Amino acid sequence: MQLHLVLFVIFGVVCVAGAVNLLVQRHPINSALSLVVVMGALAAEYLLLGAEFVAAVQVIVYAGAIMVLFVFVIMLLNAGEEERTTGSRIALLFGVPGVVAGSLLIAWVLLSRFGAQAVAIGALPGPPKVIGWLLFHDFLLPFELTSILVLIAILGAVVLASHPEAQPKKER
Amino acid sequence: MVPLSYYLALGGILFACGVTGFLVKRNIITIFMSIELMLNGVNLSFVAFAAQWHALSGQIFVFFVMVVAAAEAAVGLAIIIAVYRTRETLNVDRVNLLKL
Amino acid sequence: MTPNFHLWLIPMLPLVGAALNGLFGKRFSRQIVAGVALLACGAAFAMALAVAFQAGSLTLPHSELLAQWIRAGSFHADFAFYLDQLSLVMLLVVTGVGFLIHIYSVGYMWEEGGFYRFFSYLNLFMFFMLTLVLANNYLLMFIGWEGVGLASYLLIGFWFTKDSAASAGKKAFIVNRIGDFGFLIALFLMIREFGSLDFEQVFHGAGSMNPETAGAGLLTAIGLLLLVGACGKSAQIPLYVWLPDAMEGPTPVSALIHAATMVTAGVYMVARSHAIFDRAPTALMAVAVIGTLTALFAASIGVCQTDIKKVLAYSTISQLGYMFLACGVASYSAGIFHLMTHAFFKGLLFLAAGSVIHAVGGEQDMRKMGGLRKHIPWTFWTMTAATFAIAGFPPFAGFFSKDEILWQAYSSPYGSWVYWLLGLITAFITSFYMFRLWFMTFFGEYRGDAESQAHGHQPHIHESPKVMLVPLVILAVLSICGGWIGSNRFEVFLSPALAPTEAARTVEVGNLEVQFTLLSVVIAGLGLLLAWWLYHRRPQLPSQIADAMGRFYQAVLNKYYVDELYATAFVKPVIDGSIRILWRGIDQGVIDAALDNGARGAGEISDSMRRMQSGNLRSYAGWIAAGAAVVIGYMVWMGTR
Repeated sequence: MQLHLVLFVIFGVVCVAGAVNLLVQRHPINSALSLVVVMGALAAEYLLLGAEFVAAVQVIVYAGAIMVLFVFVIMLLNAGEEERTTGSRIALLFGVPGVVAGSLLIAWVLLSRFGAQAVAIGALPGPPKVIGWLLFHDFLLPFELTSILVLIAILGAVVLASHPEAQPKKER
Repeated sequence: MVPLSYYLALGGILFACGVTGFLVKRNIITIFMSIELMLNGVNLSFVAFAAQWHALSGQIFVFFVMVVAAAEAAVGLAIIIAVYRTRETLNVDRVNLLKL
Repeated sequence: MTPNFHLWLIPMLPLVGAALNGLFGKRFSRQIVAGVALLACGAAFAMALAVAFQAGSLTLPHSELLAQWIRAGSFHADFAFYLDQLSLVMLLVVTGVGFLIHIYSVGYMWEEGGFYRFFSYLNLFMFFMLTLVLANNYLLMFIGWEGVGLASYLLIGFWFTKDSAASAGKKAFIVNRIGDFGFLIALFLMIREFGSLDFEQVFHGAGSMNPETAGAGLLTAIGLLLLVGACGKSAQIPLYVWLPDAMEGPTPVSALIHAATMVTAGVYMVARSHAIFDRAPTALMAVAVIGTLTALFAASIGVCQTDIKKVLAYSTISQLGYMFLACGVASYSAGIFHLMTHAFFKGLLFLAAGSVIHAVGGEQDMRKMGGLRKHIPWTFWTMTAATFAIAGFPPFAGFFSKDEILWQAYSSPYGSWVYWLLGLITAFITSFYMFRLWFMTFFGEYRGDAESQAHGHQPHIHESPKVMLVPLVILAVLSICGGWIGSNRFEVFLSPALAPTEAARTVEVGNLEVQFTLLSVVIAGLGLLLAWWLYHRRPQLPSQIADAMGRFYQAVLNKYYVDELYATAFVKPVIDGSIRILWRGIDQGVIDAALDNGARGAGEISDSMRRMQSGNLRSYAGWIAAGAAVVIGYMVWMGTR
């Protein structure tokens, strides 16, 4: 057994466990923490594939910023345990079988096409230098656009989340 | 040497879990987190393929996905806060005023 | 070079008048409306006169092309006008009498509402009638044909707020349409056989065909169908029922349309199509038979009518029967001659009747008139001239034309003594009822408005204004002198248009003809005597005779129940069928139902689709997931094919 495979399996199991736990838990804070675990394990998977920069960004941005934001909101809203409401039959009736079917299909396709090919450990190194070079040369336009996107997102979030009563008080 | 299909299978499982969470859960924040889970699964596939075909653009794309996910999470949570203020609930079954 | 008379102006001027009055007349004063209408009609008359004066220098027939119209493969039809002796006569009659009636109408309708509308319609009628008369192909003539029917409908129903008037207008139009249907089929046959509807081409084509002997044949079919059309327009059996009802319209309308011009369109058409009829003896006989029967039938009804206008209406039907009889024995010129004189005296009769009605304040029942000759002398004398003319006394106009018809009915190769005898009997009845009218209206004591008489004051009977009297006088002069041209000269004048199938007539008058003439004068005198006896000397006799005749009298009084027969046999089934099958069955059941059900189906589909929009986030997600699975499956399937 190679180390690559072993490491992959370990972190893979952790990912799946976290994902399943997210589904199973009733309190959203537990789900959030499970998600953090998943993201950490995924970062390790990325490293196994040689994507160093992506792994770092995954931990810093995804687990460190986005999930923190989620936890803040959960605490802010003081969301309690989930209630059991029926709501929608469609979701369970059509959705879940749909998902299952879709997943099986994709799995079958992928396995039949790519089943045999193997990936070496650290196959494609992606150090920050190389990624940076690509970002600022080949992918400059999308890069700049995403900066604008982030700006818009900030504005949107501020506007949407602001207190409606706060506005009139500012006027004299 | 890990077969590519293993990585893809892992990504697929994560994606499937995300979709199932989206369908089954009732708390809107949990649903949101399921979306993030889906995105992560897709990210893994991207990186795996990038490694397979020695194309760094796969990793670049992952970068962009994360940026977008961040923006989306920010705005989405702001919306959730706004909805919570008016509807006093985070149960998505109760937020159905848009029905015909 | 053939000179260009701009014949198209003759119909066009009244059309312009109609448009002006129709579009702007509401804002004009009455004087301007009348001025526009009279100017339009007068200008048309002046042009007709000018053409007539120059006609001597023309080689007739003379055609003028205004514009191309239909070019469909080998079929041509154009806006083209045709002038020959026949259309010249018709043109002068239509414009002349029409102009006089326009003048009269100014006075008659002065107090009425809708003044501008009346003159707009009147001018519109003139336009269509002139198109009919001047057309050089059957299609343009048909436009005029239909158009005069339309104008007739508009004018009969002029006081459309009155139920009876509106119904009368409808009846006229519908019955006319039945005739038009026959006309149309005849046109189709003509196109199929001759390839064109131009007069010259059709008549040339018909001329080259052999005369058809026994009943069958294409020309006979065309002739019979044209006869159907003529029966509708000229109120012959069986399509005459609209004309008595048409008396609901104003009296000038009755004079113009239902005496002088429109109803004569059928006669004109038959005369124009003589080339066809000459070669279809069966159709010709049908014309004569229908004409004779109608003349007798209508005259018999006219005897019992009490409304002055209805008497004149039945008289018109009867006289038209004479014209048809003339055409039916192939003496078309005699028919046209009678058409001309009839326009004079019948137009005068109607206008004078209008003057009488105007004088007694709107009363039309003759039983309530009487002794009017002292109060309205001008009307009396002009109407006397017309009455003598229609009865056929020499030297008035009607004598010449009616006599010619009776003689031709006997002596023509297509004629027979039966026609002559029935025509003679009809002449007697005509004289009788016309003098009955004369005596009841103008002689004796005034029987009208018993209340005012009981109060002692004389009813206010006033003579009509000059604008109404002048046309009466002119027409009276024409009724006296109109026949002096003599039927022989008239025939010679028309022969280029109506020959070459007519054999040359002998100009000298034979012994038998003189005897017949004397006989018809005697008969007319007998009618006068009988009317004098019954309605002047012994006025209580008529009602006693009526009681003695009992049921027969009732039948005649009710016009032989023909209207009721038509109502049960034709009108009611059509209406019932329309309601049950066409309205409820097809319109509501099929068309409306299709649309309604279609709309409801769309609504139901969207209702069911609406359930997808539940506002529930998770169901949306479910649908998306299911849909995504379908799409992925499809893509996989495409990929592995």
